[in-house]
Amino acid sequence: MKSSAGLHLKTYILLLLMVIFGPVGDVLLGKGMKTVGVPGSWSPAELLHFFYRAFTSATVWLGIATLLAYLICYLVVLSWADFSYVQPASSFSYSIVALLGHFLLGESVTLTRWVGIVIICLGVLFVGHTQLRTTEQHS
Amino acid sequence: MRILETALLLVIVVASTSGELCITRAMKVTGEIKDFRLPELVRVFVRALQVGWMWIGLALMGTGFFAMLTLLSMENVSFVVPATALSYSVGAYGGRLFLGERVSPIRWVGVILVCIGVTLVWQGRG
Repeated sequence: MKSSAGLHLKTYILLLLMVIFGPVGDVLLGKGMKTVGVPGSWSPAELLHFFYRAFTSATVWLGIATLLAYLICYLVVLSWADFSYVQPASSFSYSIVALLGHFLLGESVTLTRWVGIVIICLGVLFVGHTQLRTTEQHS
Repeated sequence: MRILETALLLVIVVASTSGELCITRAMKVTGEIKDFRLPELVRVFVRALQVGWMWIGLALMGTGFFAMLTLLSMENVSFVVPATALSYSVGAYGGRLFLGERVSPIRWVGVILVCIGVTLVWQGRG
């Protein structure tokens, strides 16, 4: 019982860290890429130059570092918890990203888009509502 | 421009979802992490890198990441990230189609809700 409670506690702590690191990383990447600008053309040379500009941006690197922290938490939690258990827990990230985008980056989010984001969060929660294993059936 | 954005979104969704599934498989082979001291974490990390699925997963997630950077240079983060939730629909449909998983009715409701939500997010450009 004690080890089960411990397992739950470390799972919740890691899920909380994932919900913080994921959206913050995405918003930093978004901010960085806005300053990098759109690729001028789709030729390999121009794309190479585009990614060079992206990887010399400090904000992009800060975003990558934050997302790396998210990935580490994700890998650690996946070593004992199931993919279908972890996925719905991160459903709130979508609304957090939109909120951060709106308040920190000043992005205009229309009412239609807010409604869409809430429906996505609900949908992800429903998708996550699944059995541990669906390929075998107990008789 | 719309076609390009749709193509980038598809690359992000398909590459990231299949990448995550490969990494999940690799971590299940690696085993549960019970010791959180740094040397042990490094050992687990090295062990994970010896699983082939980890490399396939990392390559796919890398592809998804580059596509995401490109789309983020064109569109707002409050559009790009929610739109990538389509991966849940692709995951459920792919699981049904390729892995023979039984997808429960409630899960299909979720898939449809995500699709409706992404359509609204797509339509509601500010």
